[in-house]
Amino acid sequence: MNTLKYQSQAVAKPYFVFAMVLFVGQILFGLLMGLQYVVGDIVGGLIPFNVARMVHTNLLIVWLLFGFMGAAYYLVPEEAETELHSPKLAMVLFWIFAGAGVLTILGYLFVPYATLAHITGNDYFPTMGREFLEQPTIIKIGIVVVALGFLYNLGMTILKGRKTAINMVMMTGLIGLAVFFLFAFYNPTNLALDKYFWWFVVHLWVEGVWELIMGAILAFVLIKITGVDREVIEKWLYVIIAMALISGILGTGHHFYWLMVPEYWQWVGSIFSAIEPLPFFAMVLYAFNMVNRRRREHPNKAATLWALGTSVMAFLGAGVWGFLHTLAPVNYFTHGSQITAAHGHMAFYGAYAMIVMTIMSYAMPKLRGIGEANCNKAQVTEMWGFWLMTVGMVFITLFLTGAGILQVWLQRIPESGEALSFMATQDKLAIFYWLREIAGVVFLIGLIAYLASFFVKSKQTA
Amino acid sequence: MSERFTKGMARNIYYGGSVFFFLIFLALTFHTTKEMPKRDHRQNITESVARGKALWEDNNCVGCHSLIGEGAYFAPELVNVYNRRGGEEGFKAFFSGWMKAQPLNIPGRRQMPNFHLSDQEIDDLAEFLKWASEMDTNNWPPNIEG
Repeated sequence: MNTLKYQSQAVAKPYFVFAMVLFVGQILFGLLMGLQYVVGDIVGGLIPFNVARMVHTNLLIVWLLFGFMGAAYYLVPEEAETELHSPKLAMVLFWIFAGAGVLTILGYLFVPYATLAHITGNDYFPTMGREFLEQPTIIKIGIVVVALGFLYNLGMTILKGRKTAINMVMMTGLIGLAVFFLFAFYNPTNLALDKYFWWFVVHLWVEGVWELIMGAILAFVLIKITGVDREVIEKWLYVIIAMALISGILGTGHHFYWLMVPEYWQWVGSIFSAIEPLPFFAMVLYAFNMVNRRRREHPNKAATLWALGTSVMAFLGAGVWGFLHTLAPVNYFTHGSQITAAHGHMAFYGAYAMIVMTIMSYAMPKLRGIGEANCNKAQVTEMWGFWLMTVGMVFITLFLTGAGILQVWLQRIPESGEALSFMATQDKLAIFYWLREIAGVVFLIGLIAYLASFFVKSKQTA
Repeated sequence: MSERFTKGMARNIYYGGSVFFFLIFLALTFHTTKEMPKRDHRQNITESVARGKALWEDNNCVGCHSLIGEGAYFAPELVNVYNRRGGEEGFKAFFSGWMKAQPLNIPGRRQMPNFHLSDQEIDDLAEFLKWASEMDTNNWPPNIEG
């Protein structure tokens, strides 16, 4: 059965499928790292922690990028009311990006990092070895090429079609993503400058332009599942992303407190990042309001659950857990502790992993030719996945927060001489790390349930 | 109220507000980069310090350690390790011994790999950590344990 409005939307499917493959890898390596926290020599020297961590974080970033690209290929043609400029280009870029991603991960796993840096010419154009930007320089160039082709394809589609607010916001977000990634190529010898501009990629992505992408995807799904007037949904989309950028741009200052910069950043960063939870709170009100004012009963209940869930979890993870340690006097003690890790986990899951699963939940039944929604049984399985992953993540966050508070209390607050050393403190946190690992297993079970939902068939077709 | 507050107005707030605050951000960044030399002591970045930073990156040290709180939280903070482990008198001797003793192979303990660095490379890395420890980080970390 053909259920797509525009046939070229079909290119979104391989992007979503591949994103899920990478997601599984991310979680497996996350569980391995969780074990290494408590049993340091669990795999001997086979997979050092730093390798597992690169795989874990890079897989996350890449699968989210695949998810965003899939989302864009799905929603941009439908919004523009025209076929995608070139489905062929989209597929070529898919294989280039997937190939580069797989090569990079295999490189991390099977080649010592220093050797990888050496053979990829990092001596001549050093960009590697910085958190989240570990990819060999040649791979980074490949990412830029893929991004340019992707933006060209979408840009041409929008140019010949309808320019809706959702498309414009999605496009600004994606262009911003590509532009700020260029700072990954700036790696001066002076660590002070290196660190300052590193945040132009990291912060201006996750607390800047990615929020535009999230907002656009959420608005698209809300229009589809609630039938609420586009004018209303797009107006509040603008309000939310305006708040996100107005707070988030100067909010970058909350990463500068302890860098080699003037003290005024402690004021600028504290004030503006204290406003950062607001757009996320507005997003919760927005999602629930639109669903309450719905003009149709969409059969895809799972997609509605994801849309509401992502707003709530993004608010908790990015908003509340971000605010917990964003004020400079608090951050002085919590910076770089397990509290940071707690925030990072829930924020990424709530805002970005869940928004990708929201659009997937809505789009996959159409992409797979099933129709408006999966059968009831498949939706129930999907909702099991939703709840197990989400509850798993809530507990991961709570246990890491517990670990972080104890860490700050033992290692950071006492004076030199009285404070416990880093390693001695870590031993005291073991119980929290074990509990976090159990919560991680719950998350994995949720992920399995979620993936299983794609294989549940209704009785009629079975 | 919602009738009078139109989509066009919301859009203008979004574009206007973003551009306005981004320009402020750029202005502050410009001022910050002018102030930075006083705090990062870049005149002390020797050839050896530069090589040390490259070694820091090529061996992905940040995959386990943090440096000024950024990186992984699996292994100790290193911006002040120079002061924590002996400073002027003792750090280099300690550091060289430490790097060569890896992996410690203590059962159950987190393992640091041996990166097989030459004496020259270990010295470069030590110089990098020494320079880093002398930067002005607005008094962070709170104590010597990092």
